[in-house]
Amino acid sequence: MLKNRIIPCLDVKNGRVVKGINFVDLKDAGDPVEQAKIYSDGGADEICFLDITASNENRNTIYDVVEKTSKKCFVPLTVGGGVRSVEDINKLLNCGADKVSINTAAVENSKVVIDSSKKFGSQCIVVAIDAKKNGDKWEVFTHGGRNNSGIDALEYAKQMEENGAGELLVTSMDRDGTQVGYDIELMSKISFKVNIPIIASGGVGNLDHLVDGIKLGNASAVLAASIFHYGKFSIKEAKEYLLKKNIPVRI
Amino acid sequence: MNVTIVDYNSGNISSVINSFKEVAKNKVNIEVTSDLNKIKLSDKVVLPGQGSFKSCVDALNKIEGLSDTLNNFVNTDKKPILGICVGLQMFADIGYEETETKGLGWVPGKVSKINNQNGKYKLPHIGWNQINIVKDSKIFQNIENNSHMYFVHSYEFIPEDKKVISATIDYSSNIVCSIEKENIFGTQFHPEKSDKTGLNLIQNFLNL
Repeated sequence: MLKNRIIPCLDVKNGRVVKGINFVDLKDAGDPVEQAKIYSDGGADEICFLDITASNENRNTIYDVVEKTSKKCFVPLTVGGGVRSVEDINKLLNCGADKVSINTAAVENSKVVIDSSKKFGSQCIVVAIDAKKNGDKWEVFTHGGRNNSGIDALEYAKQMEENGAGELLVTSMDRDGTQVGYDIELMSKISFKVNIPIIASGGVGNLDHLVDGIKLGNASAVLAASIFHYGKFSIKEAKEYLLKKNIPVRI
Repeated sequence: MNVTIVDYNSGNISSVINSFKEVAKNKVNIEVTSDLNKIKLSDKVVLPGQGSFKSCVDALNKIEGLSDTLNNFVNTDKKPILGICVGLQMFADIGYEETETKGLGWVPGKVSKINNQNGKYKLPHIGWNQINIVKDSKIFQNIENNSHMYFVHSYEFIPEDKKVISATIDYSSNIVCSIEKENIFGTQFHPEKSDKTGLNLIQNFLNL
């Protein structure tokens, strides 16, 4: 039986781990390589690095972090943030990333997803969708949540599947950093719209939120940052809790 | 001992390289190359593969003499080979991803899209699944039945001779996830990304 995945996400800036509250107010919390190793030893099913300010700054530090991490962690490593081109993807994969998540570039130029999934295979192309509710629909935001593209998130999700994405990482902009839980409606609507797996993100504050993301949001995987990062819960505690709620996880 | 990871532009192989080097320490020499002579002289070969069946077969055929060299290595010299993911799939006669494509034909069978039962099952099949070991395989030493391995694929290898199957997984139906046929080994899952259990499998292959 396929297990649901728990993915701790480490926000990285200039080679250091930070976690933003609604994408601002950053707090420093450690070395990404060591953090990733602690997570993989603790049973994380994958590790995600998000280079949060990469769109504006020198991002060479992330390549070094990825290279060092991939020599120590033998679970899948997803890297995103500031990925602009097929060449950026190639570079991250060569450094040891297993999947690359594409956000702004996928909105601005659909060829990036089409070309990269053809070149490297869909299995390593994750499209990250930052969505915010507007009336009765959700709109796709870019540039770390700063720009509204006005694109309907559900239609966009379907389009990205057709373009060759292997997975969708769906973040609710309304919930990110709030710790009140995933936007379940958004997750389940996208999950039923597409046939590729979705990873729920944004808003986790307790372990029941993870359960809801899978059971109600129909997510294949749940991503969280601060609840793991500041030691509120360990990956093991999260998995044991999910198991108790009859969710299949790898223990 | 020399082990060659065949580098034929089949996509991202850094994780395969990292994991083999981690297990080999300094006791086994790990080469990453498409040099035909180095492959010939190796004791073992690892054939990774990412992307589509067709793109991997095309990439392999682009390197002149590579498929003949591998064929001799496997079928004449009978030295051990481990195919990973599409690397395993290419052992088949034929694959149907993108378009009908001829495989290496070492293990009779075909590679078809997983039946997702009209959308009931998501594809690609991504994540950790428990393997059901159906026969003793040298690469499963010290690996328990129902161990978790990491998968990412939409196509499955269906061998003609079911006796080659060493493990299956349950995802929409019984899917072959590991084979052993004499000196030919293959896994649909990614041992290089399957944590300690995956490294154990790599160790077993190096120990052969």
